[in-house]
Amino acid sequence: MSKTPVTPVQVTGTVLTTRRVDAYHALTVVAPGIVERFRPGHFVGVAVGGPGTSMLTRRAFSVHDVKPDYGGTVEFVFTAGGPGTTWLAERRARDTLDLVGPLGRPFPLPRDPVTCVLVGGEYGSAMLFAVADALQRRGCRVDFVLGAASADRVFGALRARRMGETTTLTTEDGSLGMRGRVTDVLPGVIADVRADAVYACGPMETLRGVTAVAVEFDIPVQVAVEERMACGIGVCMTCVLPVIGDDGVTRMVRACVEGPVFRGERVRFDDVGTIPFDALGAPGGGTRHAG
Amino acid sequence: MPVDMRTYLGHVELANPITTAAGCAASGAELAQFFDLGRLGAVTTRSITMAPRAGRPTPRMAETPSGLLSAVGLQGPGVDAFLARELPWLAQRNVRTVVSIGGGTVAEYTALARRLTDAPGVTAVEVNLSCPNIEDRGRVFALDGAASAEVVASVRSVMRYDVPVVAKLSPDALDVVAVARACVDGGADALSMINNPLGMSVDTDAMRPALAAVTGGLSGPAIRPLAVRCVWQVHAALPGVPIIGMGGVLTGRDAFEFVLAGACVVAVGTALFHDPYAGLRVVRELEEILAARGFHRLADAVGLAHRPPGATTRHRTDFEESPL
Repeated sequence: MSKTPVTPVQVTGTVLTTRRVDAYHALTVVAPGIVERFRPGHFVGVAVGGPGTSMLTRRAFSVHDVKPDYGGTVEFVFTAGGPGTTWLAERRARDTLDLVGPLGRPFPLPRDPVTCVLVGGEYGSAMLFAVADALQRRGCRVDFVLGAASADRVFGALRARRMGETTTLTTEDGSLGMRGRVTDVLPGVIADVRADAVYACGPMETLRGVTAVAVEFDIPVQVAVEERMACGIGVCMTCVLPVIGDDGVTRMVRACVEGPVFRGERVRFDDVGTIPFDALGAPGGGTRHAG
Repeated sequence: MPVDMRTYLGHVELANPITTAAGCAASGAELAQFFDLGRLGAVTTRSITMAPRAGRPTPRMAETPSGLLSAVGLQGPGVDAFLARELPWLAQRNVRTVVSIGGGTVAEYTALARRLTDAPGVTAVEVNLSCPNIEDRGRVFALDGAASAEVVASVRSVMRYDVPVVAKLSPDALDVVAVARACVDGGADALSMINNPLGMSVDTDAMRPALAAVTGGLSGPAIRPLAVRCVWQVHAALPGVPIIGMGGVLTGRDAFEFVLAGACVVAVGTALFHDPYAGLRVVRELEEILAARGFHRLADAVGLAHRPPGATTRHRTDFEESPL
């Protein structure tokens, strides 16, 4: 587990390519400085709207891929939903983007060549390929379980098939792979491949299910959470969730600095979106006033 | 010719007029990854409370046009951890530190001030008056001049004589000048304004309030005119009182607007979420703007917008170009 934080940098990057991948958009940006420091699990904070924008918060995207071309490129995947991501989806090659990164705590990697199941929900799977690459370089066996609501929302199925020993796909509407959710097939996959560890990224509900399965098998699980952030660098205090620390105390920790990667069993998924009564500094424990 | 950017908060000299706004720089270490905090005039801490606070549930934030609605609920480690770790960390790096304090009762503010009074590295204390007063059915101190003055007087009485006490005012007060006057009468050495006005946003997809706390503080350029108005009114009424101006400062031009309205220190807040270098950039841009307008000293521009119509800007004694 790495405790040495990587110093992030702010760069004005140039968009190299834009592409549509089924329901998603992918942007490749020339961002020297970020690439050298990147480790799997890191994310970038992207300013949206251009100079003089009325959108003040940065959008956080996990890094899908880094390449050494053109001094270093970063690729991230997103859906165009609100005004910020819609603006991003309209970027074209040679446009500039303001990026801060790499941010967050990356995935810890096992020292020994073990068998790892990588679980991705929706476009959360985008960040898993860098993890898979790092694991394989350590001699680990990698198996994928990817799932989404429908076939066009399963990200990276082809690449998973290429990289993984096995790849299991699930869709809720049955349009690709097995009908159901990743958590329906995960116990079977873990048993079949005799997995030693699970890595997961996706919506909170998926991570909660994946963690429950891993706990049942008594194997370690690392999850990367997708919390809404305003700054990504740890100053705005908006992306907090209840996580149990080494000392057994639950704290409201920032997904951007203490995360986004956590040990699954340490995250109190049932209490996300609340302040658990036994959290450090919870109302009633000390001063009661709000601010 | 370089502009003399020095400014005074009470009797304390700052190398330049830019500070971070309370609650926008976490412990300071997060921004120090990007630049040396000592290059800012000062760093203002998040509001420190007696006990650790977990804050509000999420979602805590909603983006609004040119603004940010947030309800963090003063999440923080409590005064013990602050004095044990965060303040010494800042002091070691010779960062000018304005410590913001928040409490639910006059006694709590006083107890906090007492803890801070012997702590090395406290440049000034900013009293966050936008906290609900437990002893007055949760009414926010800053709305009431008498309640604000009581807190300020109590903090002033226990704080070291050489540490200025700054009262942070809310634009939600009916008459911000009256509250400002009450705080100064209560012993405030300086005033800072504005704290976030209360706002609300409804998520039209979920058809529920966007924030878990329902209401939140609005920040960002959306509130800048409100902030400039408050600074203007208070500076007009109390021209001798130093003012820390803040509210939606993104650029040097915005900071200059506050200076002209009467602020001698300007805080950068929400801009830091967008650009970690915002504070440094504003220092540089403000210096460029002052130089471009022929100012030799920042102090000459403070409150200059208050000069009567037709009056010259009094600094313009440019002897080099004078025919004499």
